[in-house]
Amino acid sequence: MTTKILDLPDVSFVLPGNRSCAGCGIGIALRQITAALEGRMVMTVPASCLTVLGGMFPIASVNVPWVNVAFPSTAAAASGIAAGLRATGRAGEMTVLAMAGDGGTGDIGIQALSGAAERNEDFIYLCYDNEAYMNTGTQRSGLTPAGARTTTTWSGKRENPKDLPRIMEAHGVPYVASTSAAFPADVYDKVAKARGITGLRYIHMNTPCPSGWGFDPKDTVRLGKLAVDTGLVVLYEVENGVFRLTGRSASLAKTGRPRVPVSEYLATQTRFRGMKPDAIQAVQAWVDDRWVRYVARDAGACD
Amino acid sequence: MSEQVSVMTGNEAAANAARLARVQVIAAYPITPQSPVVEQLAAWVESGELPAEFVAVESEHSAMTVCIGASTVGARTFTATSSNGLAYMTEQVWWAPGARLPIVMCVVNRAMAAPWNVLNDQQDSMSVRDAGWVQLFCRDNQEILDTTVQAYRIAERLHVPVMVCYDGFLLSHTMMPVAVPAPEQIDAFLPPFTEPFTVVDPGDPHNIGPVVMAEPRADETGATRGGYMEIRALHHRALLDALAVIPETDAEYASVVGRSWGGLTWEHLLDDAEVVLVAAGSLGTQLTVTAEQLRAEGVKAGVLGIRAYRPFPVEALRHKLAGRRLALVFDKALSYGYEGPICSDLRGAMLGADGAPAVFGAVCGLGGRDVSPEDLAEAARRALADLDAGARTRETDWINLHLEGRA
Amino acid sequence: MSEREGRSSMSEISMSRPAVGEAGRTGDWRNNRPVMDAAKCLAVKQGKVTCQICWVYCPDGCIAQGVGPVIDLTYCKGCGICAEECPAGAIEMQPESVHGVCAVDETGEAAR
Repeated sequence: MTTKILDLPDVSFVLPGNRSCAGCGIGIALRQITAALEGRMVMTVPASCLTVLGGMFPIASVNVPWVNVAFPSTAAAASGIAAGLRATGRAGEMTVLAMAGDGGTGDIGIQALSGAAERNEDFIYLCYDNEAYMNTGTQRSGLTPAGARTTTTWSGKRENPKDLPRIMEAHGVPYVASTSAAFPADVYDKVAKARGITGLRYIHMNTPCPSGWGFDPKDTVRLGKLAVDTGLVVLYEVENGVFRLTGRSASLAKTGRPRVPVSEYLATQTRFRGMKPDAIQAVQAWVDDRWVRYVARDAGACD
Repeated sequence: MSEQVSVMTGNEAAANAARLARVQVIAAYPITPQSPVVEQLAAWVESGELPAEFVAVESEHSAMTVCIGASTVGARTFTATSSNGLAYMTEQVWWAPGARLPIVMCVVNRAMAAPWNVLNDQQDSMSVRDAGWVQLFCRDNQEILDTTVQAYRIAERLHVPVMVCYDGFLLSHTMMPVAVPAPEQIDAFLPPFTEPFTVVDPGDPHNIGPVVMAEPRADETGATRGGYMEIRALHHRALLDALAVIPETDAEYASVVGRSWGGLTWEHLLDDAEVVLVAAGSLGTQLTVTAEQLRAEGVKAGVLGIRAYRPFPVEALRHKLAGRRLALVFDKALSYGYEGPICSDLRGAMLGADGAPAVFGAVCGLGGRDVSPEDLAEAARRALADLDAGARTRETDWINLHLEGRA
Repeated sequence: MSEREGRSSMSEISMSRPAVGEAGRTGDWRNNRPVMDAAKCLAVKQGKVTCQICWVYCPDGCIAQGVGPVIDLTYCKGCGICAEECPAGAIEMQPESVHGVCAVDETGEAAR
């Protein structure tokens, strides 16, 4: 069941006047994440942009229980909170949500996440992937795309990003999803679905970042959608090991219409400025190869 | 409803204490010589004898993190570690007290790498002494059990985590008779943990542990709330309150179980002692033998044992050392580039105090280097000789060091 | 007993309560403000709560659903997403300067 914008609850757990950048993708998504959980939640948040959005003492910007934690520890903190709630007879009162950036999830945070996933701890882990260490000023992460200039990859990152959802699939957790902050109703649906599942539920959310990617804030949603149209970002779910494309990615696969060339997407952001044609071609080949395999998996092929 | 005496190791004593304290969430990662604590608790959880959540974390950093998370929602937690494991969780060892979480951790004291060494010294605990935990040192396995139970009472009264330290192998793996109180006795002493500082309630949302500014700042009602420095000052004050709470708790425990461990310090042959031997942990027990030997030789020796190292019991030490000729402090650790940590702290506390003794330091037992009461007596004789010859300052005496290659 | 009675736990740890405007008047951040032309707004034209696309995409929740939606200019950061995404082109980003410079009082501070 795909929720339409008009059917999204008109609630507001994310309060105006917070410290996020103008046009921040996180805010768009967080409004729906909290709505999908009806605020009956506790979230663990490591050092990250989200920490800043959450507010400086003594005022908070998000009207849900929120626990700030050390950078590497998000998944372990969520594990501890979940265990503590069980031990004190409060497990049914709220959903535990761990929400961290790409660095806090796939780099410094990957050990705790892997351990939690292997133990199938009972919480939702949502990674907001803005593709670099944005809170500290846009240094490269393991999820920064190839070609992107960051303050530690001045001539463009050489490596392709880690496939975190695939890594989580390999842990055998009951639910893995890929979504985008540019599709808030999709974020809502995936969080709402995850809410009803027990065990480690992992949601990876591509999150456009005007400050770090180098584009006008008004284009946050437009470019997030464009990324999906190229196949650089793919919307999908893996429930108990069964893969299926969703939303715009599903229709793209179904209609078979050509994807937008990555060069069009790369041209919209200053972080990709100066990328040489052969580097752009390499990204295109990488995206094409992955797309073929996503489509095959969606059609039932084993992978 | 009475105690049962069993012969058990220090690790088993610690595990028994966690069980008696009815801990609710356990998260620990194995490391020599702590592993048997975790193994025993895991076995009890699986058999149902201990109805707790056991989280088999993938590292010590996560072990402390799980305790932080669980304690934040009001669960009573336990972990244990040693040496490099403690070092790995250091970031979180700082987090817990700053967040005022009443976690209890046993540290089974072991040498720090590099180089690798699995044997006893106290360097690991010393490396985190500034983080703001209550740090208590145990002499024997009975004290380990009793102190770990007391630790929960202390922690939950003060909202400060408590670290119970005991010597690796010397205590952790050595069997001694230990009286294990009945659960009803401990239930009478230790009420459930019901009032965390933290509120986790969807009906009353709070943001816990956000970034704090340097300066005080107004909240949404306009009331001025502290900056980082105020929050840390209140934490420090709570730790100073422990100077009273630790002995009070020991006395309360004694009234229920019949055993007291002295509170902040303990002593042996101290009354008329002119030469006071000072140490923390099982080394103190060896020093009692040393003091008796020295007495037999005509030296008025006594022992002052440090039970509470943090908060540092400045007043108690000044009071007990006033009028003595010499305090000889034995450290099983070093602040590299300077001297033994307990020695520095003690000398600093004595400065300007009425009747303060000379304070000399010795380092022994690093990496499990054997040290006998006679070695300690030799060190005392050397120190006394130097003092009698007029020395007011003295370099740290390294006991049983073999740099020349002699065995 | 040395237990400290009556000491508020709120001051011993950093623990905040939620409120609007944690970063102050974030409306002061913007260079351009969204201006809605009600005549073009789909909700207004159809006389019901429909579309609401601007509402869903505002990162700061500064737009209230309505016929038409209402933008909170105290906190709107002027990102321009609403104007960009409005399917009817009913929102235009206009420079702040067009809407007048706010009054300055004797201290040189802008009036609130």
